[in-house]
Amino acid sequence: MCLGVPGKIINIFEKDGLPMAKVDFGGGVTRETCLAYIPEARVGDYTIIHVGFALNLLSEAEALETLALLQEIADLGEELGPELGSGDL
Amino acid sequence: MTNPSFDFTNSFRDAALVKKVIEEIRRTVTRPWVLMEICGGQTHSIVRHGLDQLLPPEIELVHGPGCPVCVTPLEQIDRALAIASRPEVIFTSYGDMLRVPGSGRDLFSVKASGGDVRVVYSPLDALKIARENPQKQVVFFAIGFETTAPPNCMAVRQAQALGLDNFSVLVSHVRVPPAIRAILGSPANRVQGFLLAGHVCSVMGYWEYPPLAQQYRVPMVVTGFEPLDLVNGILETVKRLEAGIVEVANGYSRLVTFEGNSSAQKMISDTFMECDRAWRGIGVIPQSGWCLRPEYDLFNAEKRFDVAAIAPRESPLCVAGQIMQGLKKPHDCPAFGRECAPEHPLGATMVSSEGACAAYYKYGR
Ligand code: SF4
Repeated sequence: MCLGVPGKIINIFEKDGLPMAKVDFGGGVTRETCLAYIPEARVGDYTIIHVGFALNLLSEAEALETLALLQEIADLGEELGPELGSGDL
Repeated sequence: MTNPSFDFTNSFRDAALVKKVIEEIRRTVTRPWVLMEICGGQTHSIVRHGLDQLLPPEIELVHGPGCPVCVTPLEQIDRALAIASRPEVIFTSYGDMLRVPGSGRDLFSVKASGGDVRVVYSPLDALKIARENPQKQVVFFAIGFETTAPPNCMAVRQAQALGLDNFSVLVSHVRVPPAIRAILGSPANRVQGFLLAGHVCSVMGYWEYPPLAQQYRVPMVVTGFEPLDLVNGILETVKRLEAGIVEVANGYSRLVTFEGNSSAQKMISDTFMECDRAWRGIGVIPQSGWCLRPEYDLFNAEKRFDVAAIAPRESPLCVAGQIMQGLKKPHDCPAFGRECAPEHPLGATMVSSEGACAAYYKYGR
């Protein structure tokens, strides 16, 4: 139930009084999703859905920052490398 | 602005970078540490990607109770079986629940013997079935942690708004923070650091955790589900353990904020109230569940159907409760892979796609 994968909102509509969206997960997989908890969502945004509901939007800026930090750690580690590490991967 | 070329999934599966972060963990660690990932989705990701085998031997990962199917108490499964067997009922459930053993049988066998049991993907699907079958009683098995609570609440509120009097929910909701408190408060506890469940935190934020971290002197890191998220969460936890820093950090900032989704939290507190809940194999954890507020009695399957007298019988072999508290691993169970396998499970952790026993079985641990 919690193994959400990111999908992209490709259109937004209303059904039975609830804001809904079609979300594209790539590879031809799409799902209808309720947007009631993220009314700020727009077409083109990425979200993770749980049992038919989008509960948050994904932030690309935050994703890039996390990746940059990890890359920095990796680069630094490579420089310091063998002397400090146990080095026997 | 969203850049259409950014790939949220594969960017966090970069194998070379994962290896480098593991190298950094190796450089950081000086002595043994036991970490628990709370969420069963994370357990599966760790085992599937073999991260447990790449980590330095000092790091032991134990697997938490964050598998909703696994912890749904036997008496609720037995209630579900009793309700689903009634001729006037269409019983709807997430697919994972069908093979979960109750006291002797499962929902699948109720279906096989003529019960109308249907798998739904969302509680809104159950609502649709109720509208299409006004002559039937449609019951939805509302299980799960904080991620399925907002959807399940919405189904009840929609049923009310639409005036559906043939829809009810069998609620068996659980919450993560009381489970962490129970694990850390146990005299047998081994866990020294937590990877917090990223998706639960995306709904609830992580404001509930700093008091727990401080009380038990245990660092916690909000962690996502991709390999890079997991090794990052482990690295950040180990760094804090090695430095003796007790705090709650956020390693999943692309989805999680400290506050979480406040409209979802409000919907939960308006629809549910906290209650004591039994966790399968573990026992009752105080205030660890949500149940419907009395205003919604009309939609409460436990009130609508007389299913009070239930005497559950668990398999005497199953040690899933100890596994989910970090005290044992699946292969410590004498039944693992013998009397108990996915085709003939004795416990729920062998059934669910988020259960630790199923992960160990599937990926050959
Ligand atoms: S292997 Fe089966 S019997 Fe043993 S703990 Fe896991 S689910 Fe229970």
